[in-house]
Amino acid sequence: MTILNLEEQFMNRIAADEKIEPKDWMPDKYRKTLIRQIAQHAHSEIVGMLPEANYISRAPSLRRKAALLAKIQDEAGHGLYLYCAAETLGAERDTLMDELHTGKAKYSSIFNYPTLTWADMGAIGWLVDGAAILNQVPLCKCSFGPYARAMVRVCKEESFHQRQGFEILLTLCNGTAEQKQMAQDSLNRWWWPSMMMFGPNDADSPNSEYSMKTKIKRFSNDELRQRFMDATKPQADILGLTIPDPDLKWNEVTGHWDYGEINWEEFNNVVQGNGPCNKLRVKARKEAWDNGKWVREAATAYAAKREQRKSETKQVA
Amino acid sequence: MDNRKRWPLWEVFIRGKHGLSHKHVGSLHAADADMAIENARDVYTRRQEGISIWVVESKDIAASDPKLNDAMFEPAADKVYRHPTFYDLPDELKHI
Ligand SMILES: [Fe+2]
Ligand SMILES: [Fe+2]
Repeated sequence: MTILNLEEQFMNRIAADEKIEPKDWMPDKYRKTLIRQIAQHAHSEIVGMLPEANYISRAPSLRRKAALLAKIQDEAGHGLYLYCAAETLGAERDTLMDELHTGKAKYSSIFNYPTLTWADMGAIGWLVDGAAILNQVPLCKCSFGPYARAMVRVCKEESFHQRQGFEILLTLCNGTAEQKQMAQDSLNRWWWPSMMMFGPNDADSPNSEYSMKTKIKRFSNDELRQRFMDATKPQADILGLTIPDPDLKWNEVTGHWDYGEINWEEFNNVVQGNGPCNKLRVKARKEAWDNGKWVREAATAYAAKREQRKSETKQVA
Repeated sequence: MDNRKRWPLWEVFIRGKHGLSHKHVGSLHAADADMAIENARDVYTRRQEGISIWVVESKDIAASDPKLNDAMFEPAADKVYRHPTFYDLPDELKHI
């Protein structure tokens, strides 16, 4: 069968909403696009643990500490589901790790911002996990089976992340004037980076067209960003906080909130490695990997020893 | 010692509380079966998803070839008489 026929058959399957599975024929571009996206997604889950990790020992109560720990542990799980999905496409785990540690691979730019106060745990859960949910829900219907299945698990776990974040902010907003100010300050710092999480405007997003065509992606960056805007505004009102956008305005005609210009220069800077914490994050990941070397080696040695003992007892018996 | 640098991949199967079959939930890397089960506990049953875990090394799974799907599964396509709804029975007939 010629490549042309295979491509055509593949696109017919996509059109019929069939799931593509790892051993099925797929165009090279589809495989590469998926590996890049899934790896980036996995790295984001793993690096995403770092800004919050700082606050496990600083949580204001045992309840908050248990919730934060559980959330961060979930993110580790999300990373693992996703790395495995990438591996079904032939990517090697060690290569993916190397690419993260050498800065070759990207992860979500949001995690390159610092967490300055406890309120940031609230803002991250509410806004960052909230934005992630909007991105991830449509991915449950992604054309690639293993990615879609991983997303179903992730989405089930994600909703408590957003709720616990909102609860943190709600508590602060119902507290003293200083506490409420702390919540507002946190929203001020996280708002625009969260809006940037959906990626460049559709007109400037060259990879989107292919992803939409092959149903890896079902909605465009701007569509998802608008959904986030519309969902978040009434939530901010409940908190009594102000979204830091002077151009924010209800549009009677479209039935949506119109928002101001996003600072894409800042976004590109952070993506290119010049955000406030890029170096810190990669360094922390690399150190965790390097310091864990002896654990990996010990586990391997222990497994070999157990294996050997098993075969020795078999021989005796 | 790094010739086993990469831990093998294991497929994880979990049985829930309600007595259904073990179901494939995903995969993970581990040095051996015991470690795979421990890791599966942490990765796949954080919310009481299961009461039994199976792990199988991925390389030990034999799978049907998707390229042969037509020949493999097509023979069942025209055998509607294997389904109860194929049979024409009067509406007043109950409990059957
Ligand atoms: Fe996550
Ligand atoms: Fe999350």
